[in-house]
Amino acid sequence: MATIIWTTIGAILTLSVYSFLYKDNPFYKFAEHLVVGISAGYYLVIYYFNFIQPNVVAPVFLLRIGNEAIGLGSSMWWLALIPGILGLLLYTRFFPKFGWVGRWSLGIYVGGYAGLGLSPIMQARVLNQIGANALPLTSITNVFLIVGLLGTLTYFFFSMKHKGVLGVLARVGIVFLMVGFGASFGYTVMSRVSLLIGRVSFLLHDWLHLI
Amino acid sequence: MNIFERFMNIDRRWIFLAIGIAVVIPFFFPLGLPISVTEPVQNLYDALDAIPPNGQPLLLAIDYAPATLPELEPMSLALLRHAFRNDVNVAVLTLHPAGYGLAERALNKVAEEMGQVYGEDYCFLGFRPGISAVILGMGVNIVNVFPEDAYGTPLNDIPMMDGIRNYDDIPLLISLAGWGAAEAWVLYAHQPYGQRVGAGVTAVMATDFYPFLDTGQLIGLLGGMRGAAEYEELIDHPDEGVRGMDSQSSVHILIIALIVLGNIAYFGARRKRRQMEREAA
Repeated sequence: MATIIWTTIGAILTLSVYSFLYKDNPFYKFAEHLVVGISAGYYLVIYYFNFIQPNVVAPVFLLRIGNEAIGLGSSMWWLALIPGILGLLLYTRFFPKFGWVGRWSLGIYVGGYAGLGLSPIMQARVLNQIGANALPLTSITNVFLIVGLLGTLTYFFFSMKHKGVLGVLARVGIVFLMVGFGASFGYTVMSRVSLLIGRVSFLLHDWLHLI
Repeated sequence: MNIFERFMNIDRRWIFLAIGIAVVIPFFFPLGLPISVTEPVQNLYDALDAIPPNGQPLLLAIDYAPATLPELEPMSLALLRHAFRNDVNVAVLTLHPAGYGLAERALNKVAEEMGQVYGEDYCFLGFRPGISAVILGMGVNIVNVFPEDAYGTPLNDIPMMDGIRNYDDIPLLISLAGWGAAEAWVLYAHQPYGQRVGAGVTAVMATDFYPFLDTGQLIGLLGGMRGAAEYEELIDHPDEGVRGMDSQSSVHILIIALIVLGNIAYFGARRKRRQMEREAA
C-alpha cells in the first residue's frame, strides 16, 4: 500500500513538472519548491553526519567529556579544531566588516586542492594526451588525427593572422571542431531524451502497470 | 503567411507533444531495432569478465544522483548482474551525497534477485565526502577512509574485505557518474596508483571521456542509455536500457526529420521573401 501511495505521489509530481511545457502554473511551482526544499534538507543532514559530526564534533566534544577515543585519538583531538574553525571563518562574509577573514580559509582550500590536483591533472589531461597524439604517420587514421589536431590547435593560435597555410589549417580546424560539436550535440539530445524515457517508463511501468 | 513561414512559427508545444508521442509509442509497439556492441563497452565487459571469482572485489562507485538515474541505473544493474553471475565479489561506495539511497537500491535489488549474501559476496561502504581526498586516501589504506561499512560493521569484520588493503587489491574500479567523479577516479586513482578504471557516464559527458580511452587511462566506457543497452545485450539480460532504446531511436528519427523540415522551411521562406522583394522593386 505504501508503495502505491509513494509511486502515485511521484507520478503526480512528475506530471506537475512536465506541465511547465504547456505553461507556467502553480503545480509546477509547487513541485519545483518541493525539490529545492527537500534537497537542501537532505544534503544538510548527509553532510552533517558524514562530514562535520565524525571529523569535528566527535573528536572535539566526545573525547573531551571522557568518552572512548574516536577519530583522532585523545592526545590529538585539538587538530580537528583547525578545519572546524577554518570552516566557520567562511561565514564571516555575512559580516562585511570581518568578511576578509574568510579569505584565509578560502586561500587554504583553493591552495590545497590546487596542490593535490596539479600533478595528476597535468599528467592525465596534458602529458598523456600529448603522448597519445605522437603517432607514426603510417595509417590514414593517424594522418587524419594529426591533421585534425594541428588544424584545431592552429584555429586557437591568435598571435598571427590566419592567412596562407595558417588560414587553410585553421579552416580545417573549424571543420574538425564542428564535427566535435555535432557529436556532443547528438549525445546531449540522447541524454535529455533518456531522462524523458526514464520518466515515461516510471509512469507507464511503475505507476500504471501498462507495460 | 505561406506554408514555410507557418512552419517556422509553429508553436513549440506541438514539438513537445510529437516527442512525447515518439517516446510513448515504442513502449507499446517495440521496434526491435538491433543494438550493436561498441569497442569501449566490449572492453569494459571483458575486463570485468576476467576478474577471478570469489577473490579480490570489483569496486563499484555509484556516483550518480536522481537527475541522471534513467541513464546510469541500468548500467549499475547490468554491471552488478554480470559480476554476481561470475561470482565476483563487489564492494560498492558513493562519492555523491544523493547516491547513498540509489546505490543501496540497485545493490539490494540485484543481490536479492541473484541470491547474494551480504558480507560474503558484496558489501556497501556508504558515502564519504571530499572526492579527491577520499580517492587518494583509499590508495594508502581503504580502512582509513571507510573504517566501517554503511551499516556500522567494521570493515575488518567483513569476510569479503579480508586482506583488501588498497588499490593493489582491487582488480577493477568502475565509476558510474553524471558529474566529474568518473574523471576524479582517473586523476587520483589511476594516475598516482595505476588503478585500472572503467567508467559509465551520461551521454552528455561521453565525448569528454573518449580521450581517456585512447590513452589507456580508462579501460572501457559506457556512454548513456545506449551504453547500458549494449551491456545488457552482452550479458543477455535485456532491461531498462534495451527497452528505452526503441524510444531513443524514434525520437532521433523525429528530430532528424524536424531539422530537415526546419531547414527546408527556412530556405523556402527566404527564397519567397526575396522573390517578393524583387517583385516589389
